[in-house]
Amino acid sequence: MDSHTETPELQEQFETPAQQKEISTLGMWIFLVTEIMFFGGLFLAYAIYRREFAGVFGLASNTLDVVIGAVNTAVLLCSSYTMVLAVRAAQIGSRKALIVFLILTILLGGVFLGVKAYEWNQKFEEHHVPGPTFHLEGTTQQGPAQLFFSLYFTMTGLHALHMVVGEGLMLFLLWSAYKGKYSPTYYTPVDVGGLYWHFVDIVWIFLFPLLYLIARHQH
Amino acid sequence: MKEHVDSIQTYTLVFLSLLFLTAATTVVATIDLGAFNVVMALFIAVVKMLLVALFFMHLRHSTILTKVVVGGGMLWLAILLVLSLSDFVTRGWLPVPGK
Repeated sequence: MDSHTETPELQEQFETPAQQKEISTLGMWIFLVTEIMFFGGLFLAYAIYRREFAGVFGLASNTLDVVIGAVNTAVLLCSSYTMVLAVRAAQIGSRKALIVFLILTILLGGVFLGVKAYEWNQKFEEHHVPGPTFHLEGTTQQGPAQLFFSLYFTMTGLHALHMVVGEGLMLFLLWSAYKGKYSPTYYTPVDVGGLYWHFVDIVWIFLFPLLYLIARHQH
Repeated sequence: MKEHVDSIQTYTLVFLSLLFLTAATTVVATIDLGAFNVVMALFIAVVKMLLVALFFMHLRHSTILTKVVVGGGMLWLAILLVLSLSDFVTRGWLPVPGK
């Protein structure tokens, strides 16, 4: 490529649009690596306490609704699928398809969050929220049982917070796409937004078996 | 650098595999495999993660630099998990004099 190809979106510190896009993608991946470490600490805490209190953690884990968990996993995977199709639509310059797939992604993300809210509400009704009213049937170890639900709420809560941020990003992308800001030569925000969305999906891919499934065979 | 555009068929195939693996992990979890229940659950989760990262996140078309950054991140995660757990798992293996 010749040096500094002129396009309206190219910032002056970059030689070519390709170089600019590479740097943006790399920057996003570096951010995602910090996120891996951030969630990694929580997964480590979960692993240590699960090992320590395997019995109670199993009992507490089995009170979660596995059907809801599996369906919600499928919903999130669907949203990743529509997201990747949105990125593809941007790559081939189809504005209409980009808008449709972004809307679908936002809707599926909303369904996931709605189901999550329903699940959390159930925990309140079942007295499974750590605090003075906490009670888990079938065990005398109420402390470790609360520990499981503390980790449950922290991990799913943090994940849901990432989903909310993701929904905001998607709305921004939708607005920009509607304004016709993206083209096959410039769609970096869609690509980078997609990376974030898929990362949040991957976090859930690990949360689902660890929180919902691990003691299912003792049921 | 020409951008690589994957076909819709590729994405659909990956998506269907992810749904299949979700169903598989849910069903396998109900079968008593002893300690291997955890191994199976994590193995399937890792396969799903690789599918999402390589195809949906386009990691297989990424630059070497990006791959090194991701690999480095996974290495640090492994250090965090393996070294910390090696402490917790081995506590009490050896008697401590005077304790």
